[in-house]
Amino acid sequence: MFEFESIVFYFFAFLTLSAALGVILVSNPIYAALFLVLAFVASAGIWLLLYAEFLAMVLVLVYVGAVMVLFLFVLMMLDINIDTLREGFWRYLPFAVIIAVLFAAEIILVLTNPKFTSVVGDASAALTDDNTRALGSVLYTEYLYPFELASVLLLVAIVAAVALTLRRRINTRYINPATQVQTKPTDRVRLVSVTKESPLQFSSPSNDKKGKTSCPD
Amino acid sequence: MQSSLLWQAASIEIFIFIAACAVMLADLFLSISWRTRLHWAVIASLWVAAAASFAAVGNDPIVALHGFYVADGISNAVKGLILAAAAGSLMFSRHALRVNRIFNGDFLALVLFSVLGMLVIASAAHLLSLYLGLELMSLCLYALIAMRRENTSASEAAIKYFVLGALASGLLLYGISMLYGATGKLNIADIAYAIANLDETNTAIRAVLILGVVFTVTGMGFKLGAAPFHMWLPDVYQGAPAPVTLFIAAAPKIAALAMMLRVLPQALPLFVNDWQQMLMVLALMSLAVGNITAIAQTNLKRMLAYSAIAHSGFIVLGVLSGGGGAALFYVAAYALMTIGGFGVIVFLSIGGRERAELADMRGMAQRNWLVATTVAILMLSMAGVPPFVGFIAKLTVLESVISAGFIWLAVGAVLLSVVGAFYYLRIIRLMFFESAPASDNKAIVLRPSATLLLAAIAILVVWYGLFPGDLLTFFELAASTI
Repeated sequence: MFEFESIVFYFFAFLTLSAALGVILVSNPIYAALFLVLAFVASAGIWLLLYAEFLAMVLVLVYVGAVMVLFLFVLMMLDINIDTLREGFWRYLPFAVIIAVLFAAEIILVLTNPKFTSVVGDASAALTDDNTRALGSVLYTEYLYPFELASVLLLVAIVAAVALTLRRRINTRYINPATQVQTKPTDRVRLVSVTKESPLQFSSPSNDKKGKTSCPD
Repeated sequence: MQSSLLWQAASIEIFIFIAACAVMLADLFLSISWRTRLHWAVIASLWVAAAASFAAVGNDPIVALHGFYVADGISNAVKGLILAAAAGSLMFSRHALRVNRIFNGDFLALVLFSVLGMLVIASAAHLLSLYLGLELMSLCLYALIAMRRENTSASEAAIKYFVLGALASGLLLYGISMLYGATGKLNIADIAYAIANLDETNTAIRAVLILGVVFTVTGMGFKLGAAPFHMWLPDVYQGAPAPVTLFIAAAPKIAALAMMLRVLPQALPLFVNDWQQMLMVLALMSLAVGNITAIAQTNLKRMLAYSAIAHSGFIVLGVLSGGGGAALFYVAAYALMTIGGFGVIVFLSIGGRERAELADMRGMAQRNWLVATTVAILMLSMAGVPPFVGFIAKLTVLESVISAGFIWLAVGAVLLSVVGAFYYLRIIRLMFFESAPASDNKAIVLRPSATLLLAAIAILVVWYGLFPGDLLTFFELAASTI
C-alpha cells in the first residue's frame, strides 16, 4: 500500500528515533557516541528524501566525519567512571520527570495550536533540483561578504587557539631538526680498523656540535 | 535590494583586515625589538582609519556588497568612534602590556580583528553580517581576556564571559530566527518593509515578531551589559588584565550601541511601543543596579564596572527616546572617560603590583597631583557635574527623553544619578582629604608619556564639557543621514 518513498522515510525515521533513544539509554559513553553517529546518518537520509542533498552531505561530512570523531577521541582519552555518572540518579529523577512533562506539554501546546500552523511555510518550495549548484552559485556572488566574514572568523579561531596554547617551556630538551638533518655519518660514527696486535686508539667524533641535544635560548 | 558589489565602500574594513594580517606576519619575522614600532604602527593605522571614517560622515548613504553592507552617517560616526577608542586604549596600554607579558603580535592581531568585527556590526545592513560581526568581535575578546593563562582570575573571567556571551549570542540568534520566520527576510530594510505590509488580522505572525523582539533585545542587553543582563561585567572587568579591561570597556560598548540603533529603530520601527517599554525597564534597572551596587565596591575596577552598567542605562535611554545623536554623544563621552579611568589604573600598576583597590587611592593628591586631578575630573564628569563632558552627555540624553514625552523616566534617571554621585565623590575625598598609609606613601613618578596622556584626557574632558557644540551637531548630523 505504501509508496516506496514513504517506506524509505519510515525506515530512516525509525532508525533515527531508535538511535536517538540508544544515545540516552546505553550506559557506555562510546556506544552512545556511536549511536549518535547512526542518528546523524539516518537523518541525513531524511534530508535526501527532502531533496536537500547538500545538507545531507554536509551532515555526514561535518558531523559524522569531523565532530563525532573528535568527540569519540575525547571520550576515549577521558577516564570516565560510569558508576560516578550514575550516582544520584534516583535523587534527580523527580526533577527530571517534572522538566520532561513540562517540555512535553509545551511541545503538545505548540503543535496543536492553530495559530502556529499559519506561520510554517512549505520548506521544499525553496529547493531547486540541484541545490548544491544553487548554493555554490550564490555563495561566492551574492553572499560573498558573509562568506568572507566567516573565513575571517575561522582565521581568528586559529590565531586565538595558537595564542592561548603555544608556549615555550624553558626546561625542555629538544633536538633542533635543522642541525639533525644536516649531520653526516662521519659526524656520528668513526670507523677504526682494529688489529689484534695494536692497542685501540679512542677519540671522540670529529664534529661534536652538530646533532647535539640543545636547550632553547 | 541593491545587487551591486561596490567593494570600495568597505575600504576601511579591508584596510583593518590587511593591517591585522600584516601584524601577524610582521610579528613572525621581525625581532622582538621591533614590537614597539609595530605597536605604534597599529595605533597610527587605527587613527588614519578613524579620521577617514569621521570624514565620511556627511556622505550620502551607500548600500554595497549585495545589500549586506551600508555606509551611512551612523555607521561612519560609530566606526570613527570605535577606531579612535581602540587606538586610544592601545596608546594607554603599551607599557602595561609589557608588564603583563602580553606585549606581542597575537595581542595586536586579536585587537585588530575584534575592531574589524565591531566595524562590521556598525555597517551591517543584514542580520547575517550583524551576527557574524558580533561573533568576530566576541571571539577575539574571549581570547584577549584569557591570554595570561597563568593568571587564574583572568581565566575565570574569560570562561564566564565566554559562557554568558555564547548564551547571549544564542538568544540573539533565536530572536533573529523568529524575525526571519515571521517575515522571511534577513535584510534590515526588507524586514521593516515586510512588517509594514503585514496583514493586520494575522495575530500569529505578530506574536512571533514580538517574541523575536524580546529575544533580540535580551541578546543586545547582554552585549551592552545593561541590567538585568549585567552579571558577567564586574567579574570580567576585574579579572581581565588591566590593559585588556581598558580595551573591552570602551570600544565594544560603541559597537553594542550601533547594533541597537541598527536593529530596533531601523528593522522594527512599527514595534516601537514594544521595545520602548523593554528598554525603559532595562534603562531604569541598569541605573539602579549600577549606581547602588557601586557604592558597596572596594575595588576600583569593579566600581568602574558598575559605573559602566549605570552608563549603559543612559545609552539605552538615548536609544529608546529616538535620540540617536544623543546616544552617540553619550557613548563617545563614556569611551573618553572610561579610557581615562582604566588608563589611570593601568598607569598606577606599573610597580608590578596592581593598585586597583580604593584604599590605594588614599592621599593620591600628595603622591602625584596630576593623577589625583585627572581622576577627580573624570569622577566629576562621570557623576555628571558641570562643566565636564559627562554633564553635557547626560543633559542631551535627558533632553531627548523629555522631548519624547517620558518626564517620569528623566526624573528617575536623575535621581539615580544623584545616588551615583556618592561613590564618585568618595574617591575624590580619599585622594584629597586623607593621607596615604605609612607603608605606601612615596611619591608616584609616571613616565613622561603617561603624564602627557593623562593630561590630554583631562583637557579633552574639560574642553568638550565647555564647548560641546561642534561635537553635538556632528553626531546629530550623523544620526540624521540614514
